[in-house]
This record gives sequence, structure tokens and C-alpha cells, in this order.
Amino acid sequence: MEPAIAAVFREEHGRLLGALVRRFGDLDLAEEVASEAIEAALTHWPVDGVPAKPGAWLLTTARRRAVNRLKRDQTYAAKLAVLHVDAQRTEPGPSVDASLPDDRLQLFFTCAHPALAAEDRVALTLRCLAGMTTVEVARAFLVPVPTMAQRIVRAKKKIREARIPFRVPGPDELPSRLPGVLQVVYSIFTEGYAASSGPALQRIEVAAEAIRLARVLRGLLPAEREVAGLLALMLLIHARRDARTAPDGTPVLLADQSRAAWDRSMIEEGRTLVIAALTGGSPGVYGVQAAIAALHDEAASVETTDWPQIVALYDVLLTLSPSPVVSLNRAAAVAMRDGPEAGLVLLDALAEEPLLRAYHPYALARADLLERADRLSEAAEAYRKALTLAATDADRAHAERRLSGVSATLRNTPM
Amino acid sequence: MKYMLLINTPPADNPAEVDNGCTFEDWIAFDKAVQEAGICVDSHQLADFTTATRVQVGADGRRAITTDGPFAETREILGGLYVIDVPDLDEALDWAARCPGSLGGGSVVVRPVAEVQG
Repeated sequence: MEPAIAAVFREEHGRLLGALVRRFGDLDLAEEVASEAIEAALTHWPVDGVPAKPGAWLLTTARRRAVNRLKRDQTYAAKLAVLHVDAQRTEPGPSVDASLPDDRLQLFFTCAHPALAAEDRVALTLRCLAGMTTVEVARAFLVPVPTMAQRIVRAKKKIREARIPFRVPGPDELPSRLPGVLQVVYSIFTEGYAASSGPALQRIEVAAEAIRLARVLRGLLPAEREVAGLLALMLLIHARRDARTAPDGTPVLLADQSRAAWDRSMIEEGRTLVIAALTGGSPGVYGVQAAIAALHDEAASVETTDWPQIVALYDVLLTLSPSPVVSLNRAAAVAMRDGPEAGLVLLDALAEEPLLRAYHPYALARADLLERADRLSEAAEAYRKALTLAATDADRAHAERRLSGVSATLRNTPM
Repeated sequence: MKYMLLINTPPADNPAEVDNGCTFEDWIAFDKAVQEAGICVDSHQLADFTTATRVQVGADGRRAITTDGPFAETREILGGLYVIDVPDLDEALDWAARCPGSLGGGSVVVRPVAEVQG
């Protein structure tokens, strides 16, 4: 497929599917005729050229196919007629392209419906809104293709048979439903960002896809500050993508990254969004995390980072969503503000947290602070502990390097 | 679309957990709301689980009849059910959340009733 045409399909797929689901009330039929329309486009466009309004062309073609299909299959049509009445209850979404209503928001809420299993929500969102094939989704999540296909079939069956509606929740429900949609987009991003395994480039594409989805959401829900916050957070983290892995694929810590390699325009965009996210109401979890990321991105070095402000933001985050991991990050920030011993006091107070007991980043942070506090034999012990908890080769390699550094210093230090 | 709301309560021999803070009046109020909304197809409260009897018929056609329970360990037990007719799952979930059985350690499982093709 020509890249230009592929880009059109990716961009139009969610919108096409949303409009078709709204019109026909059935995700399977919508997917079927959407892919038929894309096939038709693949035949015609290379010969006749890409039409002036590719989205409208695809929708018209797909609609015609669906109507023909329903004429042929009256039983199917009768069943869908019932669903169609329900679909009429929902108003069309705000229009981006004047000729095409935008029904993607409905699709976002359906794909991220709380009645679906969490892993199914992510798979369905990538498939329906990002326009990824089942094979691509499977590859992104390092899951065998049949497993991913099964997940998608299971999710679509539940949508159809339990009749999960295609609608945007009303204003009273939105505060409880929107976080679910944002969680799906963020977990797509972290999957790409974590680089837990798989070729790095491919993971970056997954992260970029999450950002694209957040941009779509931002366009659809411009007044929702947490959408701005999520987009800002992802941009501010993604801006460091080129600096965060060494050429051999091992992760580079924030302190050691070449800040010149950070994406300045992405940081600027993220900073503008942080302001939108934190203006006009109480802060949300994504907005606050984005503000923390912005402070890192703005600093010329670790030493000149505004640590007091970061600690203050972690305090806010702890009140919004208390968790041992947030407490761990706050302790690390306190260590930067007040010195390693102050951080160690906070870390040791968290030692009994069940979530942290076998958590590699906790063990590593503790080892790092012990080393910085010059308590080297304790640090060596802590690095050994971190080593046993490392989940990836990269984490293991990093802990080993730090351990051998400390061990070498210990050997050269007269007792 | 019909949905069955299966109301699960903690076992009766664990009275501390059954006391989920909702009163008999709460149940009356919920039932009244369901009836007045015109969505109720059917509803039943089941007798105590200790009165239940399990029947299984083997390949040889012989009946095996057992008393199921009472259970010493904590386990949710079906205590009652509603069948409601509402447009979609979101509305069914709203009714389940309003049901006193969903409070304090109890749960309400929402199952769509299969539509038999005529």
C-alpha cells in the first residue's frame, strides 16, 4: 500500500467505523463493510487518484455495501432494526469535517466500557480507533495472534449480546466514565514506553499511536482538563524518547540523558497543555503528573531541577491518588531536595508496603540513595537485592553495573 | 432487552457480613422503583440456602440427590433475582447499582437473557 493511502486509512478508520456503527448499530457489520470499502479504495484510488474527500468516499461506499447486505439478508436486517432504534437515541457527535459527523467519541466509550475486561478494552480501542489489524495489535502487545483474535472476538460478542450501548455518557456519568477511556489510552502509551521487550522502534510507534488517540480525544472533548493533562503527560515523556535508551538498547536514567536530544517542540506543546490542564478547576491526576514531567523537561540538569516544586506536586498527587509507588517517587524527590539520608528515612518507612516489597524500582532507589549517602557496603547489599528483582535484561544489566561500581570502590577503600 | 439480576449475598451463617447496612425498607423501596418504572418482568426472593437440594443424573440414568451446603467458608450465595427489560447494558447496570443487594460485600451479577431466534 502506498504510504499516502495507508495514512488516509489510519486517519479515517475510526471515523468511518464510528459513523457506520451509529448508522447500523452493529460493530461486526460496520467492520466488515469498512474493510470492504477500504479494499474498494485500494482498487480504485491508485488508478483514479485519491478523491477530494476520502472519508466521505469511504463512508458512501461502505454504507452502500451495508444496505445491499441487509437487503440480501432479511433476518439479519430485522435483528439490526431493533438495534437501530436504540442508536437513534444518541445525538451525532460534534462535526470536524463538515461533510462527516464524528462518532468516534461513542466508539471510544464503547471500546473502554467498564463491562469489558481491561485487556479487551485496550485491544478493541487499538483495533477500532487506531485502525490497527489484529496482527498489529498482537505484535504490539507481544501476544500470539490467535490469543489476540480471541480477545477481540470475545469483546465484540459481549458488546453485541449484552448490548453495550454506543453512546457518550451524559454529563452526570462522564466524570465516572472518562477516567476509564483515559486509562486505556495511557496503558497503550506505557506499553509502548516500558520497552519491557521487543524491538525499540516498534514500541515507540505504539506510544506515538497513544498520543494520536489522545489528540483525537482532545479534539472531541476540548473542555475536559484531564484529557489535556493526559496528552501533556505523554508528550512530555515522549519528548525524551531519543535520549532514554543507549545505542545498545539499555535504558538511560533521567540523570544521564543527553538533554540536547530531547524534542523541544514536543516539550513546548506539552507545557502549553499543562497550563490548560491545571487552569479552571481542581487538578486531576494526569495534569499533576504532566506538571512534574514538565519540570523535569524544563531543567537544564538534574541539579538545577525545581525539586521543591516537584515534591509539592507529589504531595498533591498523593491526596488525589494515594499509592506506595507515588510515595516512592516522592521520597526520591525529597532526597534530591534535602539529601539522600532524608530520602532514605522515607523509603525505609515504606519497607513493609506489600506492593513495594518485591518491586525492583524500590530496591534500586534504595540502593542508589545508600550509595549517594556513602553507605557503600549497605548499598552493595541493596544492589544485590535489586538484581534479584530485576524483570528485564536491561534492568539486570544496570543493577549489575552499579553493583560492580560500588564493589570496586569498596575494594579500593582501606578499611 | 432482558437482563437477569442475580443477587448474591454472603452466607447466612456469617451474620456479621450479611448486615450490609440496608434495611427491609430499602428492599421495599427498590422493588417499588422497579415496578413503577415498568421494567420488571419477574422477581423472586429465594428461601434460605440450607433448604436447597441438588439433583444430578448420571450417564446410567441414576439420580444423585445431595444437600448443597451449608458452607463454612465465606462464599456468595444466590439469594434472589430480578428479570428486567431495559434498552441496554448501561441501564441494567444502573438498576443493579441501585439494588440494596450490591451493598456491603454483596454483589449483583447482570446476565443478558439470550434471545432465541424465531
